[in-house]
Amino acid sequence: MKNDSKSIEDIKAIRKIMEESSRFLSLSGLSGIYAGVTAIAGALVAYFFILNSGSIKEPLAIRWQLIADASIVLVLSVLFSLYFSLKKARRDGKNVLTPISKRLLLNLMIPLATGGIFVIMLLIHNYIQLIVPCFLIFYGLALVNAGKFTFGEVYYLGVLEIITGLVSAFVPGRDLLFWIIGFGILHIIYGLLLYRKYEV
Amino acid sequence: MKDFISNINKVFESRVRLGIMSVLMVNETYDFNSLKETLDVTDGNLASHLKALEQKGMIRVNKQFIGRKPNTSYSATETGTAEFRQHLKALENLIQEQ
Repeated sequence: MKNDSKSIEDIKAIRKIMEESSRFLSLSGLSGIYAGVTAIAGALVAYFFILNSGSIKEPLAIRWQLIADASIVLVLSVLFSLYFSLKKARRDGKNVLTPISKRLLLNLMIPLATGGIFVIMLLIHNYIQLIVPCFLIFYGLALVNAGKFTFGEVYYLGVLEIITGLVSAFVPGRDLLFWIIGFGILHIIYGLLLYRKYEV
Repeated sequence: MKDFISNINKVFESRVRLGIMSVLMVNETYDFNSLKETLDVTDGNLASHLKALEQKGMIRVNKQFIGRKPNTSYSATETGTAEFRQHLKALENLIQEQ
C-alpha cells in the first residue's frame, strides 16, 4: 500500500521535529569532560598551593585565593561548554539561539543564580563549611530543572549532584574531596557517556 | 479500517502543516522565524500554511512588539491539539494495520 510508507515517513518526521524543537541537542559531552578536568585541577591547586603551600598565610588571604581559584574554574567551565556547543551546532548546521535554548538557559539560571547569591551570603556570615554543599545542591537543582530541555542525562547528573551535596553537608571537613567527586568525577563520567552515545 | 481513514485529517495533509503542528504540540508558543528555521521553509510557504491552519481554528496567532520590532508567535488551540492527536493516532493505526 502506497499510503503506508508515506504514513511511516510522516510519523518519523513528526517525531524528529517534536524532539528537535523541544530539546536543545547541541550540548556536547566534551564540555562535561573539560569541566571535570578543570574542577579537579582547581582542587589540586587549592590543596597544594593554597592550603598546604608550606608558608604560613593569613586566613583571609587563603579565603580570597580559594575564591579566585573557584571562580577561575567556573569561568573556564562555562567557556568550555559554550565553545563546544557552538562547535557542535555549527557542525550540525543548527542555530544555538533558539526558543528552546533560551528556555534552557533561563531554567538553568534561576536556581543557579539563587545558589550563587546564597553562597555569597554564607561567605559574608562565615558559614564556610556549607559553601561546597550549597554549590553542589543548587547546581544539581539547576540541572534537574534544565534537564527537561535537553538530553535526559543532564537530569540524572543533577540528581547525583544533589545527593553528593547533601552527603557532603553531613561530612564536614571533606570539602575538597566532595568538590572533586561532584564537579570533577561526575562531570567526566557524564561527559564520556554523552560523547559516546551521541557524538561518536 | 474505514474508520481509520476517516480520521485522517485533510487539514494536516502537508509536510509543512504536520511540522507546524508537531512543533506547537511540544512548545506552548513558537515564533515565526524560529518555525521557519526549524522546518527549513521559505517565508511565503510557511505564511500560507500558517494562514490555512489559523482559518481552520487549529492554531492561534499572537502578535506583539518586542521593542519596535513586530513579533508574531503561534500556539495550538485546543481543537488543534485534539485533532492533531487524532490524526497521529490514525496514521499509527494505518501502519499497524499492515
